[in-house]
Amino acid sequence: MDNQKEIIIRPPHGWFDFDIKELWEYRDLVKEFVMRNFKLIYKQTILGPAWLVFNPIITSVIFTFVFGQFAGISTDGVPQFLFYMAGNTLWNLFATSVQNNSNIFYANAAVFGKIYFPRIATPLSQSISCLINFLIQFCALLVFFVFYIITGSPLSFSLKMLIIPVILLQTLLLALGIGLIFSALTAKYRDFAFIISLGMQLWMYVTPVVYPMSLTGGWMYRLLLLNPMTPIMNNFKWAFLGSGEFMLWSWLLSMVMTGLCLFAGLAIFGKVEKTFVDTV
Amino acid sequence: MEQNMTQTPIIEIKNLKKRYRMGKITGKTLKADWQSFWAKRKGLPDPNVKIGQERLIGQTFMALNGINLNVYPGEAVGIIGINGAGKSTMLKLISRITAPTEGEIILRGKIASMLEVGTGFNPELTGRENVYMNGTILGMKKAEIDEKMNEIIEFSECRDFIDTPVKRYSSGMYVKLAFSVAAHLESDIIIMDEVLAVGDVAFQKKCLAKMSAAAHEEGKTVLYVSHNMSTIRQLCTRCLVMKEGKIIYDGDVEEAIRVYSEESFRFDMKRTFPQPDAYPRHQEAAITGIEILDRDNLTCSADEKLKFRLNTKFIQPVENMSCIVTARYAGTNIVGTFMSESIKHGICENADIDVTLDLTSLVPGKYFCDVRLAAMRNGKIRYSEDIQAAFGFEISDNQGKGNFNWDIGKWGYNLLPVTETTVTD
Repeated sequence: MDNQKEIIIRPPHGWFDFDIKELWEYRDLVKEFVMRNFKLIYKQTILGPAWLVFNPIITSVIFTFVFGQFAGISTDGVPQFLFYMAGNTLWNLFATSVQNNSNIFYANAAVFGKIYFPRIATPLSQSISCLINFLIQFCALLVFFVFYIITGSPLSFSLKMLIIPVILLQTLLLALGIGLIFSALTAKYRDFAFIISLGMQLWMYVTPVVYPMSLTGGWMYRLLLLNPMTPIMNNFKWAFLGSGEFMLWSWLLSMVMTGLCLFAGLAIFGKVEKTFVDTV
Repeated sequence: MEQNMTQTPIIEIKNLKKRYRMGKITGKTLKADWQSFWAKRKGLPDPNVKIGQERLIGQTFMALNGINLNVYPGEAVGIIGINGAGKSTMLKLISRITAPTEGEIILRGKIASMLEVGTGFNPELTGRENVYMNGTILGMKKAEIDEKMNEIIEFSECRDFIDTPVKRYSSGMYVKLAFSVAAHLESDIIIMDEVLAVGDVAFQKKCLAKMSAAAHEEGKTVLYVSHNMSTIRQLCTRCLVMKEGKIIYDGDVEEAIRVYSEESFRFDMKRTFPQPDAYPRHQEAAITGIEILDRDNLTCSADEKLKFRLNTKFIQPVENMSCIVTARYAGTNIVGTFMSESIKHGICENADIDVTLDLTSLVPGKYFCDVRLAAMRNGKIRYSEDIQAAFGFEISDNQGKGNFNWDIGKWGYNLLPVTETTVTD
């Protein structure tokens, strides 16, 4: 007992008192959460992880018909299917991450009400789970990428791809921040769960997922720059597919916005987690 | 406890308060809150408030109202009190599930909190996977769980099913496994809220033994909330009684149980019981009220008789029906049961049954009585609903029991009749 540090419990004050050391103590819990999330997707399924891959493939096939063939939207010379699949995969990472994080309190009410552990472990493990799912989908994307190279499309592996990890990290942090801001709202009003699910669908259309930035111009272009996901998506396609122009300034702006969202999200989460249990 | 006073307390609670806001919790959707807001502006009654709860709106109440407590290493402290006394709130604050409104708690050891067993169990995962999940939620490292896995599985008696998803478990197996994980936590302080009552009787004994060993042999500190006085007696070395957010007694276990039963011994001379809109198809009779007759207080002398009237409703014609009154000493230990003579009656909206109890065989103390009606039909007993603590009475003196001070610990709760005593030289 002598080597135990004292734990002092006091009324909450301040917004930021995340105990990083304590979170490190609970690292096995984060691992368990991530493993559970992964296992649960495939319990009682025959195809298992294949479902993860089917989803973006099928969506991309549909997009290829609807936006590519019928609407004839340009894809900057990139094979249409690959263009949509790259966009879908990154967007999926963002959208599922926002949705899962915004549900944190609601989905974990029963556990939060009975046991203490650093609450931040839940959104953290959610984000890691989303990243793992993304990486599986990304592998499938790479298979198609190589296939298109072999069949003679003007694609190639390049050094530009080195910025992809930065893009992924930023996507996760932005999604975490936005998700946590809404987590406080869904904890109080379930309405926000619906609002978010609808909002994410609309948000996809103001992000260059199914169209390239080169198709926009004037006020529309400037409007899209306000969306922090715009340069992320654009630069991802630039790095991976070699399409479009690299956006530097708006990417920096988007990083600032990511930082602000993350800050606000963590602050709100830290405030709500302390007494959330009293309101369910 | 004397030598403990020089030690540093392992749990130190200073002026702890927890305030809850009432009526404010109802809002679940924006629409509901908007309706409430609009109604308030127009001066209309709030459509989202349950009738009868109006007075709670905007009011706060203190679930804990100034708790001061020092617990020393190795103590096993029981916490008792009626529902709503603040017992669970206190454990929640100590377990860091919610934050206090005022005051502070200092913990000088690692806590294992068992407010519920099996938190985080997922039905789709296997027993083993759930042990890892639940164990890490409780704060164990994976290596620790690996080390204890065998012990945990052994204790849970679920070895054959450990790699089966827990959704296929019987509810007994489920709680056994869940309890086993919690029971094997490395900790200095164990906090339990009524969790010893899991599984079958044999398993409950095993749990209690495990916890007693933790407290009495391994020197762990235990905080245990329960309504089951016999487990409190077996486990605890010290006991708190809580009432309305305060500690009203702190000390000896037997004395605490006495204080608690004093506190919860509140009975009216006449009561009515709310009736459901419809009765189950097979129910023959219902108790609608109860009234103590021929006296103006509930303190009796052992040679007196206690007469009460049961207001009943015969839904179907009854035959072979008896009124059954189970007496519990101090609200906990069942002493015995009074059984009336058989009643035979047709359907009747309002029938009164008067029953007189002979109290001669009961020893002094306070008794809580559970009342129900039972009928034999086709060789099976059918009960009406059980009315817990429908009334109570106190036996104040030793009349007819010689001049002995009755020792419950040695002699039990019953004075068995002796018809004749002769002495021969």
